[in-house]
Amino acid sequence: MKKIKSPEELEQFRSKIQAGRDPKTTCIAICAGTGCLALGSDKIIAAFKEEISKQGLDADVATIRETGCPGFCEQGPIVVIYPEEICYLRVAEKDVPEIISKTVINKEVIERLTYKDPTSNERIIKDFDIPFYKKQKRYIIGNNINIDPRSIEDYIATNGYSALSKVLFNMSQENVIEEVTKANLRGRGGAGFPAGLKWKATRQAKGEPKYLICNADEGDPGAFMDRAVLEGTPHSVLEGMVIGSYAIGCHEGYIYVRNEYPLAVENITIAIEKARKLGLLGKDIMGSGFDFDVLIVRGGGAFVCGEETALIGSIEGRSGEPRAKYVFPAERGLYNKPTNINNVETLANVPLIINKGSEWYRSIGTENSKGTKIFALVGKINNTGLVEVPMGITLREIVYDIGGGIPKGRIFKAVQVGGPSGGCIPESHLDLPVDFDALSEVGSMMGSGGMIVMDDRTCMVDVALYFLKFLEEESCGKCTPCREGVYQMRLILERITEGNGKEEDLNTIEWMGKAIIDGSLCGLGGTAPNPVLTTLRYFRDEYEAHIKEKRCPAGVCKALITYTIDPELCNGCMVCAKICPTEAATGEKKELHTIDQEKCIKCGACFESCKFDAVKVS
Amino acid sequence: MAEMVTLTIDGREINAPAGTTILEAAKDANIYIPNLCSNEELTPYGSCRLCMVEIAQGERTRLVASCIFEVADGLEVKTNAERVLNVRKLVIELLLARNNKHPALWKIADELGVKETRFPVEQKGCILCGQCVRTCREVVGVSAIGFSGRGITRKVATPFMEFPPDCIACGSCVYVCPVQFIPMKEENGIRTIIKYDYPMQKCRKCGQYFAPKKQLEYFSKITDLPLEHFETCVDCR
Repeated sequence: MKKIKSPEELEQFRSKIQAGRDPKTTCIAICAGTGCLALGSDKIIAAFKEEISKQGLDADVATIRETGCPGFCEQGPIVVIYPEEICYLRVAEKDVPEIISKTVINKEVIERLTYKDPTSNERIIKDFDIPFYKKQKRYIIGNNINIDPRSIEDYIATNGYSALSKVLFNMSQENVIEEVTKANLRGRGGAGFPAGLKWKATRQAKGEPKYLICNADEGDPGAFMDRAVLEGTPHSVLEGMVIGSYAIGCHEGYIYVRNEYPLAVENITIAIEKARKLGLLGKDIMGSGFDFDVLIVRGGGAFVCGEETALIGSIEGRSGEPRAKYVFPAERGLYNKPTNINNVETLANVPLIINKGSEWYRSIGTENSKGTKIFALVGKINNTGLVEVPMGITLREIVYDIGGGIPKGRIFKAVQVGGPSGGCIPESHLDLPVDFDALSEVGSMMGSGGMIVMDDRTCMVDVALYFLKFLEEESCGKCTPCREGVYQMRLILERITEGNGKEEDLNTIEWMGKAIIDGSLCGLGGTAPNPVLTTLRYFRDEYEAHIKEKRCPAGVCKALITYTIDPELCNGCMVCAKICPTEAATGEKKELHTIDQEKCIKCGACFESCKFDAVKVS
Repeated sequence: MAEMVTLTIDGREINAPAGTTILEAAKDANIYIPNLCSNEELTPYGSCRLCMVEIAQGERTRLVASCIFEVADGLEVKTNAERVLNVRKLVIELLLARNNKHPALWKIADELGVKETRFPVEQKGCILCGQCVRTCREVVGVSAIGFSGRGITRKVATPFMEFPPDCIACGSCVYVCPVQFIPMKEENGIRTIIKYDYPMQKCRKCGQYFAPKKQLEYFSKITDLPLEHFETCVDCR
């Protein structure tokens, strides 16, 4: 591969790739992201390859593209056939020969594989007509289905590296910073600090060398936004990094990525190698004279290493413990040199801003939150997956229009936004616009983009306890309020869920929560009480029911519930007796079943499995 | 001479050299701020969170660890704001749950009006201020001990929980511990720290045991002087 030495050479290279691709050729795009791979998309890819050679199709008739995550994980594995844009969901290996013979060769749509709208029962053929996608604005991950993340040609064919070319040859360093500042790009990792200001501070800081770090240590339970970006469109992150480094005036960069993301590590590694070979990374990038190169550092699995100063410590080879940020990393960061740290999604926004301009970018979003945000929509929601929405969209639109509402017709109770240390937002705030400031006002935060939906069968005390346990395990243990405070708070919550709560516990928790937030050294402890404080704020009656009445209203906390069988509703189908792991549920066929309370371990299997709602929890 | 800055602490105007911490400046002005992990011989660490103070720069107020935050012109510091006292009360109650015996902790508790801890006492003893670990690394220069585990399982430990090969038995960790948690004794020419024994050197002149052999070997190594030079006690030298 020859190195690209000028903007003209990049454009020539792009034209050559595009000219070599006939838009009429059938392209079978198959999601090869982690979600679909877990559902067996690797086998489907292999089956497609086999079937294509079996049926003797040439490359100019049909090609296969292994893509990144298009987001609709609930319905994976996803296959989209171009140029018709026919979208097949939940594809299985056995469907492959039929897809080839019917859709690829004869251009017929196989109806059963298309999306069926649950309300209208209508079949939807094109992916972007599916309600899940309709309200999204997919500027960052929208391209995932169009490119093979391991192919730099695919990225370049879709206008990739044009922003870099523009920056290196037509913009001064100040111009770049100004453009990103004007766009008001705020950090997508959680805190929402303006990226332009960070770049400027690092640029102005004294000391050489300077560093740029991409923070890909995404650790929130249930969140996978950065993984999808890094896996699906790694070159957009790299392009953002090179642009940032040019603006700051630094020549060394790191990508700190958690080792639990093997595919992301693999794809970004390949992307780096290919970008180097093409002269888009390394010495004298595109013949501009500007040098920048990137190293990958893999994290060891500590959640706290997503915190900037702990991350820096980890790269330096020390244990991942945060230090006080009274002097920002922009002044003294990695090896005590000026260091700029941006999140994956933030960096992926940069080429977009440069290409389309800050004016355009500012047209999306609310007054102080611009652009889009990717959320991992999970929990009790029909359409689990990755959604990219314009800032300012309401939570209700995300949950109901995009997410398709709550499964089994159950009732929405709360949505946890912002990861483990975000807050639980109740029904009454569902019309809240999603932006950095509005979420903070109700006690939650944007966080990195985890969104966990809960229904009426969720106990809010149990939820708070779950997140607190996570944070207790992930606390580094350096400062007292976080290490000891979160631990003691967990003990109190545990007591409450076991029916041993005391009247004064709620005041203690509230008082502790505020002091832990005020006293902790880093953001982990500084936000750890949020799930407890917000659930206490919006669902205090549930806490009180646990303490005063020794009752769990949602029927979750094992110590406070009993399962019984309603004689009116039980028809003796024996399902509960078969599923019960301790033989507590028993009964003869077509006769009333009973649950032996001595043997019952309250696993809830009978409750979940009874089709007649005969198992009652009280 | 360092450049001087003017700040106020609890309404009192104070001059302090730039680069000093609020805690140092307060100490010089005889203003008391409780602390447990700070030590002027060590790099500021900010882990115990007892020395939190409220600062105002312009409109905005926030809490900072005074042992790390450096003085600045016009800085307004309140050492006894309500938010500050709440953090301190929580911290001392949490530490009392680890150790409800040591007078140093009860002294601070008394100052804050804390009569007891509301948390279950587990009597772990060590309050994890890290002065021992940091002294061993920064002052002694051997890093024989460190932290292991994280969160509530964090503890001060020797590598792999075994005999620490780099320990020179100097006893600095014992000396700096604010709650005297690390036991050390000397008997019949053996110094015992926690459960590990270290032979002592007899002075070549007076015949008294005066220092651990490993410490003298370490001195010889870092100074490039012959070991014999250190085998005479300071009094006889």
